[in-house]
Amino acid sequence: MSEMKWGWPVIGAALFLLSAFIPLIADGYWMSIAVTIAMYTALATSWALFSGPTHYISLASGAFFGIGGYLVATAMSDYDLSFWLMLVVAPLVSALVAALIGFATLRLSGVYFVIFTLGLAEMIRNLVSWVQNNFLGSRGLYVLTDFTEAHIYWMLLVVCLVIFVFGWWLSRSRLGFALKIIGNDEEVAKHVGINTALAKVLVFTTTGFFGALVGVIIAPRYSYIEPNQVFSPELSFMVVIMALLGGAHRLWGPLVGVIPFALVWETITIAFPNSTTFFLGLAFLFIVYFIPHGFAGLIEKHWLRLRS
Amino acid sequence: MTTGRTLLKVNNITKRFGGLVAVDNVSFDVKEHEVLGLIGPNGSGKTTIMNLISGAFKVSSGTISMQSRRLSSLPAHQISRAGVARTFQLVRILPSLTIIENVMAGSGFGHRRQWGREACHQAEALLERLGLGAQMHDPAASLTYIDQKRLELARALAGEPRVLLLDEWLAGLNPTELQIGIDLVSQLRKEGRTIILVEHVMDAIRSLCDRCVVMNSGEKIAEGTPAQVLSDKEVIHAYLGDD
Repeated sequence: MSEMKWGWPVIGAALFLLSAFIPLIADGYWMSIAVTIAMYTALATSWALFSGPTHYISLASGAFFGIGGYLVATAMSDYDLSFWLMLVVAPLVSALVAALIGFATLRLSGVYFVIFTLGLAEMIRNLVSWVQNNFLGSRGLYVLTDFTEAHIYWMLLVVCLVIFVFGWWLSRSRLGFALKIIGNDEEVAKHVGINTALAKVLVFTTTGFFGALVGVIIAPRYSYIEPNQVFSPELSFMVVIMALLGGAHRLWGPLVGVIPFALVWETITIAFPNSTTFFLGLAFLFIVYFIPHGFAGLIEKHWLRLRS
Repeated sequence: MTTGRTLLKVNNITKRFGGLVAVDNVSFDVKEHEVLGLIGPNGSGKTTIMNLISGAFKVSSGTISMQSRRLSSLPAHQISRAGVARTFQLVRILPSLTIIENVMAGSGFGHRRQWGREACHQAEALLERLGLGAQMHDPAASLTYIDQKRLELARALAGEPRVLLLDEWLAGLNPTELQIGIDLVSQLRKEGRTIILVEHVMDAIRSLCDRCVVMNSGEKIAEGTPAQVLSDKEVIHAYLGDD
């Protein structure tokens, strides 16, 4: 393994550079798919950095993403603040929200944590909608910029790069090791000296940060922002499904889940626009029953067999 | 064994679970370099005391302190950092990690913290010593029961604890394994480690313990050398019932 220490980062850097050229060759249709893939890669990878090792399944991605989209829209429409300022502010706000959610919920185990994050995300969505409709006027919020799909794509690509570098560092750090121990046995983790609450909250906070960052960057794509649309619970499920499909236990796992899923999803939404939720559920069942460790797990199994 | 000053002081601790008093006003001291046996019939509160010392449970009243430091108000991870390490009654390894990572889990965050190369060397040395050296990069889940117990001990030792809690570490071993286990603990004793062990195996208690505390129904009923307590009338009564 030690001779491969720099192998993966080099391969990763090469792939990153190659993918930066996609806007030069892709047409409008493929560009929009590329943006979707970059967006979900960032969200699912960042989700897996926390949920992969700890096995705490969070359904709050939609809330963080929504905080990003909503804050940038409000700031630009109502306060004439710049997009770039919100690119910094919104992720920080979202990280703070994640820290609060973390301290409140990470004591909960298993299914309670899942339900709580889902409920909380819904609560934030309804609260923001209510405030928007009753106090801020129900007129729309606009994010008007000069960005093209290519600009959005490149920004998302940089976010992906940052997440991958962070994930790579995390996997080699004491904090990352602590998360793995927590995922194995939280009681043991406490007894070997790990401040489990702090470790979990720290990494969960980064999920909140990156979720909002992606939400801000993608907002110009929609132009018109409506709270009910950006705080989408479907997005939370999509992130979980893609990360699990790829394999949440490897840094590159979510990526190999996002690409095929986004392509298939594109076809499904065109062919069956009214039954997407049904297919989402079907996909979830399929993954849990047939590929519990995702594509990454399958690839590793065959790789080990090839070598032996 | 040369025993020194008092290292751990358990002072009038009580633990209630609802209406059940699992540990009732128990006090004892543990001296440096001493092996203290915590014995008694099933359900007498031994493991609860271990859980109170390690911080898995909070005391209902009373105090536990290590020298001048009060442990009983601290969360488990801080107690671990103060120098208390333990094994669990029902063995708890980290199944998805490799064997050597399991040991490094014990040194990365605990009392004498190590990380990277030193941690790796130390873990290798510990595994060699406990007879797991050949397979250290295998997944921990592949180990047999006794080897999982060894691994748990290696993890506890990796943090170089000041007090080691062994909760029925010898339980469930066959006679050959038991002898190996007793020899291992006896080596630790010769190194001058401070150990509290909960045990049912009488041979182990006789050969390993400097002193014993005997529990029955949550209360301490005797304290002394193994020979003293095992001939004590009340202790025999507790174990064997009315004659």
